[in-house]
Amino acid sequence: MIDARIRKRFPAGKGSSAFELDIHLKTSSPVTVLFGPSGCGKTLILDAIAGFVTPDEGRILVGDDLLFDVAARVSLPPRERRCGYVFQQFALFPHMTLKENLSFAADCLPRSERRGRIAEMLHQFHLGEAGGRKPHELSAGEKQRASIARALLANPRVLLLDEPSRGLDPELRAELHALLEQVAAAFRLPIIIVTHDLDECFALGDQMVVLDNGRVVQSGQPADILDAPATSAVARLLGRHNLIPAEIVALDPSRQLGRLRCFPESDDSFEILAPYLPGHLLGARVTFAIRADRVIAAPESQSVAGSVPLDLAHVSLRPQTARLHFASGVTAELPLRAFEPHRHNRNWSVRFPPEAIRLMKP
Amino acid sequence: MAIDWFPLWLSLRVAALSTAVAFVIGLWLAWLLARSPFRGRDAVSAAVTLPLVLPPTVLGYYLLVLLGSSSPLGQFYEWVFNQPLVFTWQAAVVAALFHTVPLLIHFTLAALESVDASFERAARTLGASEWRVFWHVSLPLAWKPVLAATALAFARSMGDFGITLMIAGNIPGHTQTLSVAVYDAAASGNGATARALVLVISAIALLVLWLANRLARTTFSFSAGQGRR
Repeated sequence: MIDARIRKRFPAGKGSSAFELDIHLKTSSPVTVLFGPSGCGKTLILDAIAGFVTPDEGRILVGDDLLFDVAARVSLPPRERRCGYVFQQFALFPHMTLKENLSFAADCLPRSERRGRIAEMLHQFHLGEAGGRKPHELSAGEKQRASIARALLANPRVLLLDEPSRGLDPELRAELHALLEQVAAAFRLPIIIVTHDLDECFALGDQMVVLDNGRVVQSGQPADILDAPATSAVARLLGRHNLIPAEIVALDPSRQLGRLRCFPESDDSFEILAPYLPGHLLGARVTFAIRADRVIAAPESQSVAGSVPLDLAHVSLRPQTARLHFASGVTAELPLRAFEPHRHNRNWSVRFPPEAIRLMKP
Repeated sequence: MAIDWFPLWLSLRVAALSTAVAFVIGLWLAWLLARSPFRGRDAVSAAVTLPLVLPPTVLGYYLLVLLGSSSPLGQFYEWVFNQPLVFTWQAAVVAALFHTVPLLIHFTLAALESVDASFERAARTLGASEWRVFWHVSLPLAWKPVLAATALAFARSMGDFGITLMIAGNIPGHTQTLSVAVYDAAASGNGATARALVLVISAIALLVLWLANRLARTTFSFSAGQGRR
C-alpha cells in the first residue's frame, strides 16, 4: 500500500507562475496510473516519493516503511528509499554496457547473488544478446526493458515510471504494457505510472488518479471515471466527452424523467429527454457530459423518436472510428463501418440516451 | 652565450605539481558546488573566483602575510619541512595554485552541471552513495571537458609572474621560473635569451591549448535519451 500526503509550494519565478501541489494519494492497487495534463504535478509526485523533491508538509509511506514525515522529521535520502525509477528517457548510463548498467544496480545485492541475478534479468527481459552493447546501440524497446530490469535489480519497494511510453510507436507501446503486466504479477510490488495517455490508463491501471493543477480531482477505476467524470474539468481532461450547457425545462418525478433544452442561449437550441434530476428546479441552468461514443447518430432519413436533426460541420477519421462534429458543437463517435456508407451525408439525426447523461457539478 | 634552461625545467615542474594539486582540490570543490544548493554556495563560489580578478601583487602580499615565517601557517610549514616556504620553488607551486584552482573549479563545475541530472538521479535510486555517483557516473560522463580544463590550468600555471615573483622571488637556479627569467633577461638587455625563452613558452602554451581544444571538440555530450550525440 502507498499512502502519500504531499504538499509543496513553488513561488512564482521568472516566466513561471506560483504552483502548489497538495495531494493525498492512497492506493493498494498493483498498478496506479497518475493521469493529467502537462504541468499538473504528476512527475512531482514521483519525485517526492523517490526523494528528489522535499515536500513542505506531508508523510510518505510505502508498505510499512516510512520514507518521509515532516512531523517526525524523517526524510530518507533517495538511495535509502529503494524506489525503482524508470525515467522518461530511460537514463541508462551511456558510458557503460547494458551488463555494466545492471551490475551497477546489483551492487546492493550480496556478492554471491549478483551474477546470477543479472543473468536471470537479462534472460527474463529478453536482453541476453544485448548485454555487451552500450545504450546508444540498443533499440528503443531494448532500452525500455533494460531500464525496467535495472530498476528491479536494486530490489525496490515500489516501481515508479514517468511517461514510459512517450515517443514509442504503437507496437512497442503494446509490448511495454504487456511487460508491465508481467512485472506487476511476477515481482508483486506496487507500480505507479505517470501518463497523459488515456488509452494507457485503460491498458494498465487498476486504479486511476486524475490530477489537475496540483490537486487530485478524481480517482477510481478507469472505466468508472470515463463513464462518470466528477467535474467538467475531469471530463475536459479525458477529452472524450461533450460538455453541453442546458436549461431544465421539465421534471417528471413519477416517470423519473426530465427534459433539457441544450445550448439555451443559442439559436440552434434543441430539447432532449434526460434522466430525472433530483435537487434541481425548473428553469435551472446546468452542464451535462455525455461521451462522444455514447451519442447515437444516424442519417436523418433513419431518424428515430427522440432524436434531433443536426448539421454535420466536419469529420475526423481515426483508425477504428469517425468523429462527427456537428455545427451546434456536439461531437459523436461512430464505428468506421457504420459511418462509411453515409460519409457524404450532411444531415444527421442525433439522440442522447438519457442513461448516458451525467450532470456535472457546477 | 649558452642559455640557462633551468627556468624551463623549473616551470614545467611547478606547473605539473600545481596542476596535480589543483586537480584534486578543484575536483573536490566542484563536486561540492555541483551538488544540490547549500547555504553559502554563492559565497564559496565568489571566494574561489576572487584570485582570477585580484591583482597578482595583492595576492602575493596576502600569501606573504599568510605563509611568511612569522605566520602560524608559515611556522607550521617550517616545522614539518624544516625550511621556510617563502622564496623557495615550492612557493612558486603555491603561487600557481591561485590561478589553476579557480580555472579547474569553474570548468569542472560547468562540465559536471552539463551532465543530465537523470543519470545521477537514476544512480541514487539504485542505492549508490554520493561518492559512487560521482566516480562512476558524473565524472566518467564529464571527463573530457575536465581533462581540457586541466590542460588549460597547466598552460596557465606555466605563465604566472606576479605572485611567483612576490613569494618565490627571482633567485637564478633556485626559484627563477620561465616567465620571471624572461623579465630578467629583457630587463638586463639579454635579448637572445629573452627571445629563446619567449618562443619556448609560447610553443608549449600553443601545444597545450591545441590539445585542450581538441579534447573540447571531441567531447561527447550525453543526454539521457540518445546516449552519444
